[in-house]
Amino acid sequence: MRDVAIVSFAQSAKARETRNEVEILMPVVHEAVRNSKLSRQEIGFTCSGSSDYLQGQSFAFVGALDAVGAWPPIKESHVEMDGAWALYEAWIKIQTGDVDSALVYSFGKSSPGDLPEILALQLDPYTMTPLWPDAHSLAALQARAYLEATGKSERDLARVVARSLSSAVANPHAVVSGVLDIDKLLAEPYVCSPLRAHDLPPITDGASAMVVVAGDRARQVCARPVWIRGFDHRIEPLGLGLRDLTRSASTEIAAQKAGVHKSKVDFAELHAPYSHQELILRAALGLGEGVAINPSGGALASHPLMVAGLIRIGEAASRIMAGRGDRAVAHATQGPCLQQNLVCVLEGD
Amino acid sequence: MELVKSITTPVVLDYEYVTGRAQSRFLRGIAQGRILGQRCVECRRVYVPSRGACARCGVRTEEELQVSDKGTVTTFCIVRVPSENLSFKPPYVCAAVLLDGADIPFMHVLQECALEDVRMGMRVQAVWVPKEQLGPTMSSIRYFKPIAEPDAEYDSFKEHL
Repeated sequence: MRDVAIVSFAQSAKARETRNEVEILMPVVHEAVRNSKLSRQEIGFTCSGSSDYLQGQSFAFVGALDAVGAWPPIKESHVEMDGAWALYEAWIKIQTGDVDSALVYSFGKSSPGDLPEILALQLDPYTMTPLWPDAHSLAALQARAYLEATGKSERDLARVVARSLSSAVANPHAVVSGVLDIDKLLAEPYVCSPLRAHDLPPITDGASAMVVVAGDRARQVCARPVWIRGFDHRIEPLGLGLRDLTRSASTEIAAQKAGVHKSKVDFAELHAPYSHQELILRAALGLGEGVAINPSGGALASHPLMVAGLIRIGEAASRIMAGRGDRAVAHATQGPCLQQNLVCVLEGD
Repeated sequence: MELVKSITTPVVLDYEYVTGRAQSRFLRGIAQGRILGQRCVECRRVYVPSRGACARCGVRTEEELQVSDKGTVTTFCIVRVPSENLSFKPPYVCAAVLLDGADIPFMHVLQECALEDVRMGMRVQAVWVPKEQLGPTMSSIRYFKPIAEPDAEYDSFKEHL
């Protein structure tokens, strides 16, 4: 396997953007490329992740290339997935030896449409989408099943929220943050029992970009490159009745394949859009009490859809780059109720 | 057992589309009866309407300028298929018009012109709605119509097709 490192990362997240997607994306792409110290010409591959359904415009992902500059023609690809999967494709592309570096970016505006409704379109088109179950209701079904199966309580969910939003105070990209009292959180009304507003991901518009480089070139351009030491993603059946919603089998397999437990984990950035999902993921990844979870505040503090997963990897990399940890697990999810999961193990030199 | 061959599942999704900064400026210009373009600082191409970025260079297009409402038909098609929510009855001409001063043509409808007369290089001009009806919408331009100017040479627009 070729050693591949993250050498730069940039992001933007706001509760509601008045800029269009290209206007949001371009400064982020420019920042990541500038900080990579690679010229645009040297970057061998460009891969993006987004979903046209958020924008309500077909081929919106092609329009987003305006932010990158595609002349002379570039090698480019797109996944209709969170940017974390675009990073996976870029990593594979580098493994093939075809290229030595890649720009990965993703963007998503959740604000133009009714996001929980739009997400019903990712369900089975014959038996589920026609019922229009919104994303919050499906997550609440999972949360209820999880609480009943494990004996955990709504107070455990509130603890996840309080810790996340308190960590988010230090994150300039958080759209929700604050030091909150658990009893006050529990006094809030349900949006969809057992979930309250703070258990749900905030509507966020954003973008992120990252440059990855293979081998010694990464050490030349970055004082502390962050190496991708393990990378795996797995998918479970789409039908919610076909899988055990109270655990995440795909995360368990991905964690094992990515080698999460080959060495000590200092901290983890988990893409858990709903509070209970952090507890499910933590168990699936086998992360004990000693592992700091989501020092950035996580997806409860900022959740640009199609971007939040890549941000987890970028936040973890930035923290290692800054010398605030040596080994981290970053995770991304996609689909209803943690259907698809990606695990990335990152290490500093 | 008879197989279910099709089902109908209506999908209705509402979006509040945000034009962004560059297109907002373009539409504000249209509301004043002016067509605004933006020039790339690197390759100097003028985009109309601009989305705020040069697709070639990947940089912001910040320099704003007014372009003419006269232009050249670079290519066209004759639409014969009816479509809902269209005020034009087929057959009608849909043309790519390269406005004088712009580097990128944009699509609009061509009227006051016999179908057999439409051709590449034809000179046309925007027909606007009356001044009091101008608004930040492309409907402020009703259509384009031919004008009494000699056709543009192919070489003058071949780089802009």
